[in-house]
This record gives sequence, structure tokens and C-alpha cells, in this order.
Amino acid sequence: MSASPAVSGSLRNRLVLTLIGGAAILALLLFFTVRSYAARVAQQGQDNILGASVTSILDAVALRDGELEVDIPYAAFSMLSTPSDDRVFYAIFQDGELLSGYDDLSATNGRPNGEWVFQSGEVRGETIRQVSASRTLVGLGTRTEVEVALGQTQDALAETLRQISRNAAYLGIGFFTLVAGLSFWATSATIGQLNKLTTSVTRRGPQDLSPFRKPVPREMAPLVSSLNSLMGRLDQSLSQSEDFIAEAAHRVRTPLATVRSYADATLQRVEKEENREALRSMVRAIDESSRAAGQLLDHAMITFRADHLEREEIDLVALVRDLVQRLTPIAEMKDLSLTLVGDPVVIYSGDPILIQNAVRNMVDNALKYAPAESVVEIEVSQGTQAQISVRDQGPGFPPSEIDTLTRRFERGKNAAGTIGSGLGLTIVQDVAKAHGGDLILTNRKGKGACVTLSL
Amino acid sequence: MKFLLVEDNMDLANAIGSRMRLDGHVVDHAATLDDATAFVEAEEYDLILLDIMLPDGDGRDFLKRHRASHLDTPVIVLTARSQVSDRIGSLDLGADDYVTKPFDHAELEARCRAVLRRKSGIAKSTIEIGGIVFDPVAGHLIVGGETLSLRNRELRLLEFFINAPGQVFSKQKLADRLFSYDDDVSDNAIEVYVARLRKHLERSELKITTLRGLGYRLDHVS
Amino acid sequence: MRYLVALIVTLLASACMAEEWEDQRVFNAAADGPRLRIISSTDTALFAPLIEGFLTQNPDVSVEYLVTGTADLNARVRSAPEAFDVVISSAMDLQLKLANDGFAMPLENMPGSDWAQWHDSLFAFTQEPAAIVINRAAFAGYPVPQTRQELIEALRARPEAFRGKVGTYDIRQSGLGYLFATQDARASETFWRLMEVMGGLDLRLYCCSGDMIDDLTSGSIAVAYNVLGSYATARVEGKEALEVILPSDFQTTMMRTAMVVKNTQYPAVAEAFVRHLIVAGPELAPLPLLTSQQEQETAVITLEPALLTYLDTLKRRKFLTAWEDAVIQK
Repeated sequence: MSASPAVSGSLRNRLVLTLIGGAAILALLLFFTVRSYAARVAQQGQDNILGASVTSILDAVALRDGELEVDIPYAAFSMLSTPSDDRVFYAIFQDGELLSGYDDLSATNGRPNGEWVFQSGEVRGETIRQVSASRTLVGLGTRTEVEVALGQTQDALAETLRQISRNAAYLGIGFFTLVAGLSFWATSATIGQLNKLTTSVTRRGPQDLSPFRKPVPREMAPLVSSLNSLMGRLDQSLSQSEDFIAEAAHRVRTPLATVRSYADATLQRVEKEENREALRSMVRAIDESSRAAGQLLDHAMITFRADHLEREEIDLVALVRDLVQRLTPIAEMKDLSLTLVGDPVVIYSGDPILIQNAVRNMVDNALKYAPAESVVEIEVSQGTQAQISVRDQGPGFPPSEIDTLTRRFERGKNAAGTIGSGLGLTIVQDVAKAHGGDLILTNRKGKGACVTLSL
Repeated sequence: MKFLLVEDNMDLANAIGSRMRLDGHVVDHAATLDDATAFVEAEEYDLILLDIMLPDGDGRDFLKRHRASHLDTPVIVLTARSQVSDRIGSLDLGADDYVTKPFDHAELEARCRAVLRRKSGIAKSTIEIGGIVFDPVAGHLIVGGETLSLRNRELRLLEFFINAPGQVFSKQKLADRLFSYDDDVSDNAIEVYVARLRKHLERSELKITTLRGLGYRLDHVS
Repeated sequence: MRYLVALIVTLLASACMAEEWEDQRVFNAAADGPRLRIISSTDTALFAPLIEGFLTQNPDVSVEYLVTGTADLNARVRSAPEAFDVVISSAMDLQLKLANDGFAMPLENMPGSDWAQWHDSLFAFTQEPAAIVINRAAFAGYPVPQTRQELIEALRARPEAFRGKVGTYDIRQSGLGYLFATQDARASETFWRLMEVMGGLDLRLYCCSGDMIDDLTSGSIAVAYNVLGSYATARVEGKEALEVILPSDFQTTMMRTAMVVKNTQYPAVAEAFVRHLIVAGPELAPLPLLTSQQEQETAVITLEPALLTYLDTLKRRKFLTAWEDAVIQK
């Protein structure tokens, strides 16, 4: 029916991937930012404690009788306790000479006046954070510079960093999960709008080319308006081509009708047999061409309607009765009788125009082959399926061709001399298929053909 | 009978008109809807033949107005449209029947007859001639107080003779009018129908005379 | 100063070469497995059950148990760490400094509480308060002092009765004595007053708890200050003459600690031994078990870097000077 469009990627996937990719980048960024910030804060914390400790030691330095006294406060080292029991190294220098403590540390000869100088280094195979500060003491005639260096391993800091990293990672993962979930939701909600539009397009009947009026999100408005304008143009071009076909038919058929009527009338006056035969041939040709054109148009129309089958509840008996009434004058011209038998009401859900067309073709066919003054019987019945049968008392189908008869443009061998394009039964067959039914051709036991449209 | 033909194509109108007059009918021709309206207001018709596509409008609008003004003159629509789509529409709008162009004149005649028969209350046109009463619409023939029901072809054959008494019809001419062009007609088909008619007319003053080599003629014998 | 320390260490080390141990004993000598060398400040008698308990679980191991004073122990380990596998001492500050200086091997996943270990390398397994031990006879008819202040008053009340009869650690020689003294000094000024009072009574100074308790038992001294409670309790049994007083003003409680020497030849065995100490339980008797910190009535000396404070050369010199000023009166 309709060709599947070429698919290139998925809007949903693209959206989800973009959002999730963004979320992943943001989560990583969040992770690294939080971690580095926390690391700085943690290092700052250690530095502050080291600084405070050094300051408290420097405060306990005094010159007594020219001799340097360093009365390290117990709290100075106590405050360096950490959960990981970090190792502590310290050294006290006087004028650059180690006075006490670990000789692993060296004097920095850094800035005076208790200003902290931080550095990282390695002592006894361990990475340490070291702070140095110095102080100048002035006594009686002496002036001396004391420097205190204090180092601490960073096990606790590393542990803190591990914890922070873990928490930052949880934060990042949590953020990512949340955003990923949200992006799925947001994408579904967005795609949902498209799906809603698709559903309402799909649900429309094939004839419905009216514009969409339902409100859509602003972003989809251009799509809908171009869809509307496309349908508008389609509608216009459809009605234009309908008008064109009608106009064309009118233009062709009217002169044909003129010619035929003249030929008909002239035939009444002309006596010469050659001229009469010429006029008869003319009329036959006109009949054949107009009938073929009509059936071709019908067939095209039926193919279209069958593709977009629109079912409605109809009473098949009423439909066939109208048709019988309509065809009675034609039957009478040949002294044929049309009789309608069967159930009084047969309700069926189908396309009335298609079914009417099919039945007309069936009856036309019967009228064509029935001998004069015979009866064509039409039966509408409701068994397991709704069935419409047309029976005539003609010659019947040639048994060898009964299967191929329904093929397009194929006419029975015994139809020679009878006007018809061969499309009649093909149309019936198409209508049956469109309704999920069947066309059954049989020969009756006595004489005649039976065509059954089973729906 | 009196017909109004609404058709803008003059050639077609002339062809139809001459063909119908040949059958003994009276035909008025209107080329536009305005003319048609004027004719309908001025005269009374047994039947209107209405084309759909007219220069000053759509025939279906005329039909709608016609039905709205409670005129029940039967209308047969002449359409050039594709068979399926237009039919339903014009029937819904009140047309009694339709024929698709180009049409077999015999079919048009049959449809007219069928429409008139359905509305037989209005069209009571019987012909009394030579001791028979003939109602071509109903298909009745009363001979000697007995009502006979004629088959369609017998009826039409009788009509040909009655419409042109004294005229000689060749066998071929009669066959062309009685049968479709695609009917397989045997040589003696006309003889069969003529024989039947002769039997129906036995007790009347009408007689179908055979003119050897020329054809048949309806004679009034008293 | 640095050179002086180095010199002392060298001298002490050469003293070690002479292998002068307070006690030296090999357990399970017949075993052909690894021989664990344990250097300890704890008397063999108190420790023997623990070692034997360990050996029943590890029959192919033999243990050489070497006993020396805390200060000497510290010096020996520093000068020749490769000579020992496990170091056990009551001098927490010295032990902590050993660990801080990198002599200990960190052990993973050890039992015991966090507060009872330091840097995964120093592990406490007992908890022992410093006590005042008296000879009851000297206090016959007088109230038994329960606090340091009451002890000061008792000594002042009868100086002649106590002259030459008061003993305590010579903190210059005893690491544990120094630890107790510094912690006492930190806790209260009473410590200095007590020292001055004791100094005025011809204070007798001891290197070790054992000697002090011997003299108490014999009656040559009447009061011993800052004796290790566990040692005293071990002797008190059956010796009615002595009374152990845990001062009610404040107590100084030490934790005996053990470490595995870094680069030991038998890390697995050494670790197993330390693990055994931590989970030993009743085998420790009469050494008191660790109690959880919530249950403790008195503060236990915390295993923290602050223990390094009094080990600082300058600080130690200053403290010893002050102590000598108080105790050794001309």
C-alpha cells in the first residue's frame, strides 16, 4: 500500500544519546570538580593543623641566659593525631644548625616571622607534607634565628581523598542516573507528541484530507502546518483531477452519444443494406469503446477503494433490490426477467459502492449470456458468510476455463460477439478480495452459470 | 408523449430529438438551465431528460429546485460521468433514473417506459385504434374486451406499427430496432414476433400484411 | 648534642655486644623451625605463659626471650634492629618513636581496637596503672594515703620515719619511669611537689620495678611511687606486708605494646605472635587485659604522636633538669 520510508537513525536514540552523553560529561566534570575541590580543602585542613602546630612550637621557644630553650607543647604533636596515625617528623634548627629532632628534614632558611612555608617531599620512603616557620629571638647581646620544620605523612589525607572520591563518584553516578532517567522520560514525552500526531494521521479515513486542528507543541507546528498545506494541495489536486476526469469524460462521451444517436436515427431511414451494416458497425464500436472506458475507470476506482476499504453497515438485500430495479428495463428489452430471492434482510459491513459495482457486473454478465425470455435469479443469503449469487439459464462457463476466467482481460471463448471488455469478473474478484471474500464460478446442473460473491 | 430535453450540445440534442420524434413523441429542447426552468413553468411534460453539465450550472441544482417546488415530473439524467460515483448522487437528489452517454436509444426508451410505468398515476396515455386499446406504458392491449399482457418486444413491435400505420418496415429495420446491436439475431426472429402479434390482433380490425421481398405493414381492415 | 646522643647510643650498643641481659631464655629450643627473637622489658616469669601458649599452637617454632630495661631496649633496637623480630616494651613513648622512625613493620587486618594500635605497626595488649605501693608496717596506726596529696602530707608529717625509705624510678635510666613522670607532670603540679618532698627525704632511685618491690618487701623502703601495678600485684599475693594503692586523684595508665621489627626474617611468625598477644586473654594474667575505653575510669596514655614531645632532646634535658633539681637536693 504505502512504501516504508528510508530510515536513517532514530530521533529518540539521538536525543537519548545526546542527553546521556551530556549527563555523562557533566557527571565526570562534577566528579573531578568535587574531588579536586575537596582535595584542596582537605590539604588546606592538614596544612592549617601543621601550621598551628609549628606556630605553637615556635611560641614555646625562649632564650634563657643566652641559651635556647624549646619547650614543645604536648598539644603541638597531639593535634597531629589522625585516624590513620600518620607519622610525624620534626626538626628544630638554630641559625641553620639542627638542634633537635629528625635530621631527615632540612632547614629552608625561608621567610622569617612565623610565616608558614609549605612543601611536599619525601622522608624515609614516605611522602610527607612539610611546613617550616622561623622566628628571630633577640636576647642580651645575642640574636638568633630558630626554625621549626614539621612534616607529616599523608595517609589520613589519602584515606579522606579516597572517601571523597568515592562519595564524589556516588554523587556523579547518582547525578548521571537521575539525568539519564530524566532524559529517557523527556525523550519519551517528546516522542510521545510525535506518536500522537502519527496516530491521529493514521486513524484518519482515506478520504479525510482536512487540516489538523488539534493543538501540538510549538516545535511541531511547522511540521503540522506543512503537513496541512501538503494535504491541502493534495485535496485540491485530487478534486482538480476528479473535475478533470469528469470534464474529459463529458467531452468525449457527449460527441460519442451524438454520433450514436445519429447513427441510430439514420439506421431507421437508410434502406441500402451496405449502409445499414456500416452504421451498425459504427454503433457497435462506439458501444464497445465507451463500455471499455467505463469499466477501466470503474476498475481503477475499485482498486483505489479496495486499498482504502471503508466499511459501513449496509443491507445487502436493499442494495441488490435497487440494482435489480435499475437493471429491469435492460432485462425487459431482451424479454428477460430478474427475480430477487433469499433472506429478507442481510446486514453486512462493507463498501456499498464496491459491492454494488460487483453485483452490477455479475448481473450484466448474466443478462449478456441469458437466452431470451428466460429468468435471471439473484439470491442474497446469510449463511456462515453473506452471499450474493446470480444464476442464469445461458450456456454456462466452459469447464476448462472456469479457473482462468477471473483473470483480467480474459474472456470466455463462448463470448464471441458479445460486447464486454473482460473486466467484469475481474472487478467482482477484486471486490471480493478487498472484503476478504471470494468469487466462486460454477455451472448449474441443468443449464446455466452461477456466479457467487461470497463476502 | 411530451418530453423536455435539457442538453447544451446541439448536435446531440438534435440527434436525440429526431430519434424520439421518429417514435412519435413531442420533444422540446432547452440548451440552458434558465431555458429549462422557463419551459417547465410554461408547459407540462411527461418526462424530463436532463444533462448534468450545462453552461450555466449543474443539472443537479436544477433537479434539486425542481423537486423542492413539488413538481413530480419524472426526470432521467443523462450523464457523462464515470459510472459509479455520479449515479448515487443524482439518484439521491431525486432523479428517477439515469443513462450514461453514449446510450442505446432502445435503452433510453425502456427506461422512460419503466419510469413512466412506476408513475402510472400521471401518464395515462392509451391509444385506441382499429378496435383495440393499447397502453404502451403499461404494456396492455385490450382486444375484444380481453386484456392481453404483451412482452416487451411484442409491445415495441406493435408500437412501431401503430406509430406509422401504412408504412412498410423491412425485416432488417425491425430487427435493428428490436434487438441490441450485439444480440445474435437469427433470420426468422422477426417472423416469430410478427406471428405472435398477428395472433394477438386476430379479433381486431388491425392486420399485419406481409409484402414479399419488402417487409411488413399494418393495415386497418374494416 | 647530636653527636653526644650518637655517642651514648654507640656506647650502649657496645654494652649490648657483651650480651648483658637481665634475663635470657629460649623456649622450645628443640624445635627446628624458625627461632623468634623477642626483646622485651617484661619479666620472663610474667610472660612465660603467653609464649608457651603461642608455642603450643606453633610447635615448630622456638622463641628466644630477651629481657632488658626499657631504655636499654630502645637503644639496642635502634642500633641493631636486625637482631630482633618482636619488640615488647612498657615504655609507650619510646615504642611509638621506634614505630614513627620506621623500625616497625606495618601489619594488615590485625584484631583489636583502633585506639589500641598506632599506624598499624604498634599494638597494645595490656593496660597497667602506675601505683603507690606501701609497706603496711610503716603506716601502722596511721591512715593509708589514697591520693598524692595525702601521701605528701603523710611524708611531711613523719619525715624521720620516711627518710631514706621512699623509692621511685630513676627516670634518667628507666624509660617507663620517664614516661610515668612526664605524664604525671602533665596531669598535675602535685607531681613536682611530691618529688620535692620525696627529694627532701633522701629519695632512693631504682632502675626497675622489680628491685623496688624487693626492697619494699624486705622493709628497706616503706613507700614506692609509680611502681607498675601488675608487678606489685604479682608479688602482693601471699605477701600481706604490701598494699597497692591506685591513687584516687588521678591514675597514669600505660599500655604494654608490641611491634614486629621491619625486615624481620620471619614476618609471618612474628605477626602471628603479636596477633596471639592481642587475642591472648586469660593467658596474660597477671598482666591486666585491655578494657574498652568506655569502661575505663581513668585516662590511658594515648598512642599518639604527642608521645614524641618529651623525647625531644631539648625538652628531655629541660625535664630532667627540673626533676633533678627537685629530687637531688644537696
